[in-house]
Amino acid sequence: METKKTGPPQPNIPDATANELPPEADISLQLASQWQLMWWRFRKHKLALVSSIVIILVYLVAAFVEFLAPFPPDRMISQLAYAPPQRLRLWEKTDEGLKFGMYVYGYASKIDVLSLQRTFTVDKEQKIAVRFFAKGAPYRLWGLIASDRHLIGPVDPQAPMYLLGADRLGRDLFSRMIYGTRVSMTIGLVGVTLSLVLGVVLGGVSGYYGGLVDLLIQRVMEILRSMPTIPLWMGLAAAIPAYWSPLLVYFMITIILSVIGWTWLAQAVRGKFYSLKTEDFVIAAKLDGCSELQVILSHMVPSFTSHIIATLTLAIPQMIIAETALSFLGIGLRPPVVSWGVLLREAQNVRVLATSPWLFLPGAAVIVAVLALNFLGDGIRDAADPYK
Amino acid sequence: MGGYFIRRTLYAIPAMLVISFVSFLLIQLPPGTFADTVAAEMMEGASVNEDAIRAIEERYGLNQPLLVQYWKWISGIILRGDFGQSFIWNRPVASLIWERLGYTLILTGSAFFFVILVSVPIGIYSAVRQHSVGDYVATCVGFLGLAVPSFLLALILMYIGFRYFGQSIGGFFSPEYTRAPWDWAKYRDLLSHLWIPMIVVGLGGTTSLIRIIRANLLDELLKPYVVTARAKGLSELGLLLKYPVRLSLIPFVATLGWMLPDLVSGATIVSVVMSLPTTGPLLLRALMGQDMYLAASFIMLLSVLTVIGTLISDVLLAIVDPRIRFH
Repeated sequence: METKKTGPPQPNIPDATANELPPEADISLQLASQWQLMWWRFRKHKLALVSSIVIILVYLVAAFVEFLAPFPPDRMISQLAYAPPQRLRLWEKTDEGLKFGMYVYGYASKIDVLSLQRTFTVDKEQKIAVRFFAKGAPYRLWGLIASDRHLIGPVDPQAPMYLLGADRLGRDLFSRMIYGTRVSMTIGLVGVTLSLVLGVVLGGVSGYYGGLVDLLIQRVMEILRSMPTIPLWMGLAAAIPAYWSPLLVYFMITIILSVIGWTWLAQAVRGKFYSLKTEDFVIAAKLDGCSELQVILSHMVPSFTSHIIATLTLAIPQMIIAETALSFLGIGLRPPVVSWGVLLREAQNVRVLATSPWLFLPGAAVIVAVLALNFLGDGIRDAADPYK
Repeated sequence: MGGYFIRRTLYAIPAMLVISFVSFLLIQLPPGTFADTVAAEMMEGASVNEDAIRAIEERYGLNQPLLVQYWKWISGIILRGDFGQSFIWNRPVASLIWERLGYTLILTGSAFFFVILVSVPIGIYSAVRQHSVGDYVATCVGFLGLAVPSFLLALILMYIGFRYFGQSIGGFFSPEYTRAPWDWAKYRDLLSHLWIPMIVVGLGGTTSLIRIIRANLLDELLKPYVVTARAKGLSELGLLLKYPVRLSLIPFVATLGWMLPDLVSGATIVSVVMSLPTTGPLLLRALMGQDMYLAASFIMLLSVLTVIGTLISDVLLAIVDPRIRFH
């Protein structure tokens, strides 16, 4: 049972690595578990460390969407279409001097007689008080906790507050981006989980047994991968009937994304199985009379779990980008579902963008999430081999 | 070498067949039949000839099982070059696709050469001058290139062009050349429009190749043979290009083949955003309108192009690396 905890036997650790590790590790280095070593190494990768905090925050946002968003995603004020972002002001000038108090200025709008375009100016007369834990639209967090408090919002729930501007229908972009976080960030997770199951089973079978099965699975993978992904996804996504419920469409999209995703995971798993099959410790386990399942699950799998985790982390951002691209084209998720890609669809028209550049902001969210996930994946991959 | 080439080509044929079947299957997935599509068109006021529908149904076996339909379609392509009928355009598919496919080839081809021409020197530079300012700049740009989806980059560039230069970037030709016959001026006009989508499509691939070359070359640079060559008095540049760079190009060539599907993918979506006359926008319209023969032909031809590209890169790899030939 010892091997289970510390992973497979590893070559002797050269002295050079000891210098890179914290001093207290000198004695414990020989005793440290694989995960301990990985953590030591991971924490030296500062960018990955920061990224992991960013990712945790993003997923926290995804978890508490209803509470964090000031408004429901479909609340619209059509008179305020394309209203520019307001600046949140923190200090109020009163007769007794500066006083802390959050507020935003309201809008004064003017319609151009010729172009019928509405232009907005800041109306300094109109102060809209903003507070934390403001009362707003009622919601049920995770379907359980009923509340009507929002982290930040106008004191008067009907008052306009557009911290990141408004879209075509006068909906609050800030709230919609927060709602989009949930869909965009989980679609990557669900898709990756699906690819993981497919990849590990098929890659494992392929690498462990070899022979004809291996050849067959290899060819399938090759063919799938030689098809350009976007046209393939477009074909699959266009096949989703328009009358399906949003939830069903969501799951179909994750399945579509995993059609390609599993091949990369399967390749990684297959390679590992292939090279580990002839390792001494696997042969030893077999000679000891372990069953096949036991050999695989308790001897082989633990030795490459970390690699799989790294591959998974690097696969999530690709799925996020893919979902965004499909939804942007109009064949992925469809309104009323709110995802970053759906929001970016509003930014399709350059003329609209030129007057309301804040519609780019969901793109910034995509970039931050993807960058952070990439750095995190890089960090895990580097740490995955702590003996290097 | 000849044996390897033949074997590799033979491998590609079943792959292409499977791809053509998958493409066909893909388009059959949406519910509804050809008759429904036509009925929907009738509602929109398009004039439809009942007899013509029957004739088409008869010709492509639309009321028969899937395999029969597939056979009629694929045999038509192979034997007669007949890709079927586009229902949206009411024209044979073959007359619609070739020009579009040509532009797709131009776009992906130029993006491909852009990727190679840019990533090799930068990759070599950032490996040789590791930790220099240039290396850090390349790494930073590389990460951004990885994180910014190509369609978003296209949007941003179009926004900048529109906002600050007052012109819309997009399309392949200036309005006056769109319908003009091909001559030198039109060719120049194409080149002046091509470079932006080329960079947009190529950026992702460039950044990942820079990373690959850099990593490979860094591994090679520390090996004893490099020290030996230097001790023998070879000039630094000659030494670099003659041994380590050559070796580090092997994994590079191997990735080139896998990059092609990515470039075709990127070109598809970027073309939709920048409204380029490539296959992308037409494919999207065909898919949304369930124009099955047009969509299937596009998906199949794009995939077959990538299979051929992968084949070429595999053969190149075998030329560069003798170990593969004898494996």
